[in-house]
Amino acid sequence: MAGDKKNKKDKKDNKSKKKKNKQKKIRTLIVTKSVRGRAQGGDNSAKSIVFLGVLWLSLFLAFAFLVTLIVTTLLDGWTRLDGTLITEFPASRPERAGARPAILGSMMVIGFTALFTLPLGIAAGVHLEEFSDRNKWYNRIVELNVQNLAAVPSIVYGLLTLGALTAMGVDNKNIVAGGAMALSLLILPVVIIVTREALRSVPEEIRHGSLALGATPLQTLFRSTLPSAVPGIATGSILALSRALGEAAPLLILGGLVFVSFDPNGLLSGYTTLPIQIFNWTGRPQEEFHTLAAAASILLLGLLLAMNAVAIVIRNRYQKRW
Amino acid sequence: MSVITTTNVDVYYGKFRAVTGVTLDINENEITALIGPSGCGKSTLLRSLNRMNDLVDGAYVTGSITFNGEDIYGPDVDAIEVRRRIGMVFQKPNPFPKSIYDNIAYGPRVIGMKPSNMDDLVEEALTRAALWDEVKDKLKQSAFGLSGGQQQRLCIARTISVKPDVILMDEPCSALDPIATMRIEDLMGELKKDYTIVIVTHNMQQAARVADRTAFFTALPDETTGNRTGVLVEYDTTAKIFEDPSDQRTEDYISGRFG
Repeated sequence: MAGDKKNKKDKKDNKSKKKKNKQKKIRTLIVTKSVRGRAQGGDNSAKSIVFLGVLWLSLFLAFAFLVTLIVTTLLDGWTRLDGTLITEFPASRPERAGARPAILGSMMVIGFTALFTLPLGIAAGVHLEEFSDRNKWYNRIVELNVQNLAAVPSIVYGLLTLGALTAMGVDNKNIVAGGAMALSLLILPVVIIVTREALRSVPEEIRHGSLALGATPLQTLFRSTLPSAVPGIATGSILALSRALGEAAPLLILGGLVFVSFDPNGLLSGYTTLPIQIFNWTGRPQEEFHTLAAAASILLLGLLLAMNAVAIVIRNRYQKRW
Repeated sequence: MSVITTTNVDVYYGKFRAVTGVTLDINENEITALIGPSGCGKSTLLRSLNRMNDLVDGAYVTGSITFNGEDIYGPDVDAIEVRRRIGMVFQKPNPFPKSIYDNIAYGPRVIGMKPSNMDDLVEEALTRAALWDEVKDKLKQSAFGLSGGQQQRLCIARTISVKPDVILMDEPCSALDPIATMRIEDLMGELKKDYTIVIVTHNMQQAARVADRTAFFTALPDETTGNRTGVLVEYDTTAKIFEDPSDQRTEDYISGRFG
């Protein structure tokens, strides 16, 4: 009799133990699976699980928004994602309208933006990081200002360019050169900052190794430091350019939003870009133009994703182990 | 014959005096070891011998350091030229993020050497650094694929490739295991036939094993400021320093009583 009771109790104990074990297992599973490789077998208290849950939730929310955005745009625009969109000029009848000048305009403006910004931004970053004397007050002021400029709203750069072009006596401000100038100003601080970051991540020992061989500071820069920093600079610059690609505000200030029915053909040519074209079409009353805008958005998204993919490929390919 | 002579050398970092009053002769085709406790200024002194200290903000040298009779801190002397003649191997192996071949060819290329055959030059440098047999089949591979000891020998080969007169080594084995350390020490014995070597080491046994002459440094606190400044206590043949030091502080350090 007594033995029976004991057995029962044992069973019960076993059961609750099993349950506890199972719970523990699940907890461990969640924790170790999610922080795999970092803190394996570490903390599995209730607190850390809640924390992890919050992290997952944040990720889920961000991801959900992105997916929603892409899916709804695709649903809205896929009917007009055809050859006409790429090959045709804008027209008053939506079924015949396309974004050809906008696509070409976007590419041209971004191309010139890259041409203006990269040499200037990289050179400035190299000077600030490798050659300037950080103890001097004026260099510190420059540094601080570059940081602040990176956070200035894009429309301010549009206004600045507008003012500059007016001062230079340019009447027609809706030209490729103007747009590229505004976007260059916009992303120049970003390019300077990513250049500095990339150079800073090159260990000092690499520079010393080169200098100790009798290389000059310039040789050290061009043969050692800068090549080692190229992946970082390229990745950051591409991300900056893709930001410029999606900008509409500074270009609108410069008088964009004109009905462009020709291909841009140079720095002084009129132009429109994809964001401006999309903005234009969404403002039309006809439903068909809204579909067209969605289709152009898909195109823009595709371009942006492609640029970011290139950035990722460069980063992975040239990633250095120190 | 002495190659490098320092006379009454003080090295400062801004207002801080790291080492003071160093006078010593470094002889040709010998290995000279600088030993002493941490903070005694031996690395600082080493780095001022090829003007690598110029790269530190606010660092400067008083007294004179001559190389083959010429003041290396003289007004007409180019620090770049000094570093070409006096090479340096660092504490942590620091190969460039390039192939093994390009690591060696880097130096000759930047200083404008025009070897008739770069391949031969690379092979020669790697052979002298006792690394050729291990890497000859993977010259085009990244130098980061090598082990720590191999990387350090690669750095030595890289230094040799520009044909310096003197090689400075700043604790070259402190990041290596005993086997790799032994190989580097053997290599140093080979290299001293053609080069003058100055090595900073924390490892007294290493100094005793490889060095012909040993300089013992220690740090003395300043009575007024309390800052510790490195001084040269004793400089003599390694045998004398380790067997019959004339200064009590040297004997205490050697016998492990402090430091």
